[in-house]
Amino acid sequence: MSGIVNWAVHFFMLDEGPLIWLSDFLIGIASVGIVVALTYFKLWKWLWDNWLTTVDHKKIGIMYLIAAVLMLFRGGTDGLLMRTQLSWPNLHFLNADHYDQIFTTHGTIMILFMAMPALIGFFNIAVPLQIGCRDVAFPYLNAISFWLFFVAAMLFNLSFVVGGSPDGGWTSYPPYVENAFDPGPGENYFLVSLQITGIGTIATGVNFLLTILRMRAPGMTLMRLPMFTWSVLITSIIIVFAFPVLAVCLALLLIDRDFGSHFFTISAGGMPMQYVNLFWIWGHPEVYIVILPAFGIFSEVVSTFSSKKLFGYSAMVVSMIAIAILSFIVWVHHFFTMGAGPGVNSFFGVSTMAIAIPTGVKIFNWLFTMHKGRIEYKSAMLWAVGFIPNFLIGGLTGVMLAVPPADYQYHNSYFLIAHFHYVLIGGTVFGVFAGLYYWWPKMFGVLLNERLGRWHFWLFMIGFNICFFPMYFLGFMGMQRRVYTYPAGYGWGVINLIETFGAVLMGIGFLVFVLNILWSARYGERDVTGDPWNGRTLEWATTSPAPHYNFAIIPQVKGRDAWWLMKQAGESINGPKGIPFKPIHMPNNSGRPIIMCAFFFIAGAGFVFQWWIPAIIGLIGVVVTMALRSFEYNDHHYIPVDEIEETEAAAGRL
Amino acid sequence: MANTHSAVHGGHHPVDPSVPAEYHSEENSLRIAGFWIFLGSDLVLFSCLFATYVVMHGSVAGGPTSKQLFDVTGFTIETIALLFSSFTCGLATYEMRRGNRNAMIAWMIITVLLGYVFLGFEIQEFVHNVSIGATMQRSGFLSAFFTLVGTHGCHVTLGTFWMISIIIQLAKYGITPITARKAFIVSIYWHFLDAVWIFIFTVVYLTGKVI
Ligand code: HEM
Ligand SMILES: [Cu+2]
Repeated sequence: MSGIVNWAVHFFMLDEGPLIWLSDFLIGIASVGIVVALTYFKLWKWLWDNWLTTVDHKKIGIMYLIAAVLMLFRGGTDGLLMRTQLSWPNLHFLNADHYDQIFTTHGTIMILFMAMPALIGFFNIAVPLQIGCRDVAFPYLNAISFWLFFVAAMLFNLSFVVGGSPDGGWTSYPPYVENAFDPGPGENYFLVSLQITGIGTIATGVNFLLTILRMRAPGMTLMRLPMFTWSVLITSIIIVFAFPVLAVCLALLLIDRDFGSHFFTISAGGMPMQYVNLFWIWGHPEVYIVILPAFGIFSEVVSTFSSKKLFGYSAMVVSMIAIAILSFIVWVHHFFTMGAGPGVNSFFGVSTMAIAIPTGVKIFNWLFTMHKGRIEYKSAMLWAVGFIPNFLIGGLTGVMLAVPPADYQYHNSYFLIAHFHYVLIGGTVFGVFAGLYYWWPKMFGVLLNERLGRWHFWLFMIGFNICFFPMYFLGFMGMQRRVYTYPAGYGWGVINLIETFGAVLMGIGFLVFVLNILWSARYGERDVTGDPWNGRTLEWATTSPAPHYNFAIIPQVKGRDAWWLMKQAGESINGPKGIPFKPIHMPNNSGRPIIMCAFFFIAGAGFVFQWWIPAIIGLIGVVVTMALRSFEYNDHHYIPVDEIEETEAAAGRL
Repeated sequence: MANTHSAVHGGHHPVDPSVPAEYHSEENSLRIAGFWIFLGSDLVLFSCLFATYVVMHGSVAGGPTSKQLFDVTGFTIETIALLFSSFTCGLATYEMRRGNRNAMIAWMIITVLLGYVFLGFEIQEFVHNVSIGATMQRSGFLSAFFTLVGTHGCHVTLGTFWMISIIIQLAKYGITPITARKAFIVSIYWHFLDAVWIFIFTVVYLTGKVI
């Protein structure tokens, strides 16, 4: 009996102290609260019918974004905990173990469970509308992608209170993460949950690639695509070729840990370097997967709020293609110091620097788009304008890192940390915020408040610079990444304290954003026109939020910035008056994606804890739900003409 | 019925008799194209496993080498069975184009059976290896070997289940644009696995027998 109690105490980490008790308590309260609220307000059926079973890209996009903002909160809390610990020499607010776990979950969550779903959320929100079609190529698969991401994120977060979190960093290098040095379920959580979300991401890549290549409205040639859609097209291609590499990399390490093989161990012929290569062959393309869509968002925002068409459209496209190709041949710059030799290092140094060229081209294009434009500094535009100098700092220090001999100095120091936060926050996170302010009315039919938006921007942007700019210098002064504390006497203390202050400002900025969401939901200006920014692309041609079927009649596209042209010519999105509506064919909702992904969760938990029975049950469940789908022939319905007429009449488009 | 299904994808083309059934309707051709892209990413997955295997080929850690381990008769039979199954799978597609359901089903059943012959020999090889202590825990080389060949084997196993489910659907609904598309996709998958096996045969078995 006491054996079981001991096991349970350890399993639920009750022996880890008050921080965990508090988390347990909060998670418990929140879960009970949600269940009670849903039951009390009788919302279960609504939730199931409208959200959990939906295959509508607009709703899936919203769910991605909600999850991403929650994960931003979780990752941000991790960040603040780390900053607290580092704010002064010799602190013991967190012990070394906890610090390791927290920087690992911070990095992993921010890249895979915040940046990726946020951007994929925008793919869903914007792409089908921008190209004038009614949904993605494979709506059902799209729902599966979302639920895979969702259960993976849940599994990963569970590690905080059940069994312990991974502590090998978001890069999870062996041999440290092998069983010999890092026993327990922690690393397995990392490996399994990334595997699950990675499968979903590959499906997303295939889905959007096909959507953009095959489902464009008539007249929407490739060179007329909105720039955001172009960035999604390129990103999807990178996803399809990069993510399988991650799948292999994670699988091999998991096989090592679960079944005792010797891929990356230091005994019996294992080769840890093989992991490092595989990881970065995925990892570098991944950083471009999270930046290119942000570039796309900025392109939309800059041209909309400058009231000008995008400058250098073709140059933008060519640069993105160049970046995509180059992104696959630079991975060694992440481990110049591991001794590949001067020839190899020089090649990868030069290829890395070459990426700065197309990136620079894009920066100039944004600047020239603004040049002589009538610029309106709405919140979305603030983020776009703020992005340019911040990203520039990140990019230029990236080029510094790309010089192999110099990299021996800054590798894995705070200089590196500063670099990638400048590109990831100054690029991706700013892009996500720009996208949220920009597309919020399209998603919810309400505008976010501009005043709060400005507070959000300035607090976050200034806090970000206070937090991360000094890190470049800390790096020069010798402070290494991933140390949980440091002795006094190096002169690092004050700088760290200032950084922590900056981090707090960012946290306040985030809270202002949350306040903005709540305030706007109640008092925000309603978007009655569907086109609050005087937009240029087709998503602004329909109501906010768009009707279920997006477009009653598939629009005819006559050039770039299709909606702008239509407005100039005084045309309606539904074409000349009097074209009769036809019933619209739409896919049915389905509960199977979420059920299938629940089985993925069960299987995943099995692989984490080496419980083979749940693992097998989970895998069988996955295969069976897939087979059931194969036998489903009746998976669509028609929206009758009456209903379309009613909706269109209400929108004033008849 | 099915050729009017263009789902969310807007207009559809009139049925053109020179276009094979699996391409009738926008949605079918979309799905087939999607599957090709998926195969592209599966190919990357196998490439990584091949690369890992090649890198680790010499890491035998004092255990058995590929030269000692591989059995020529075994892998030759496996290869013949799988290559032949690709051929019968092609015949099934041929019969599908001729609208000959029963012959099509027959060839698919033969394909599945050949798949099981292949798997039987593979499993036998694995069991034998394990019985002489050549397990995946023995060395880096064996870890990479079992994972590469095993991943292919899992693909084949899944492929047989998938094909059986298509056979049932064909028996139930006959050759319609939908079943034709499904059968066509599983056949692309099957040929793909065959192509991967050619590489396993050359890179792993033939080369492994020589060096
Ligand atoms: C001009 C473009 C860029 C160049 C030349 C560049 C160069 C580099 C180099 C050389 C490193 C390795 C440094 C070291 O480990 O010592 C590095 C690390 C990193 N870069 Fe960049 N980079 C660029 C853009 C980006 C972008 C756009 C992102 C993401 C949005 C990004 C994210 C990262 C991350 C996450 C790491 C560190 C990963 C880790 O070790 O944890 N970089 N970069
Ligand atoms: Cu990189």
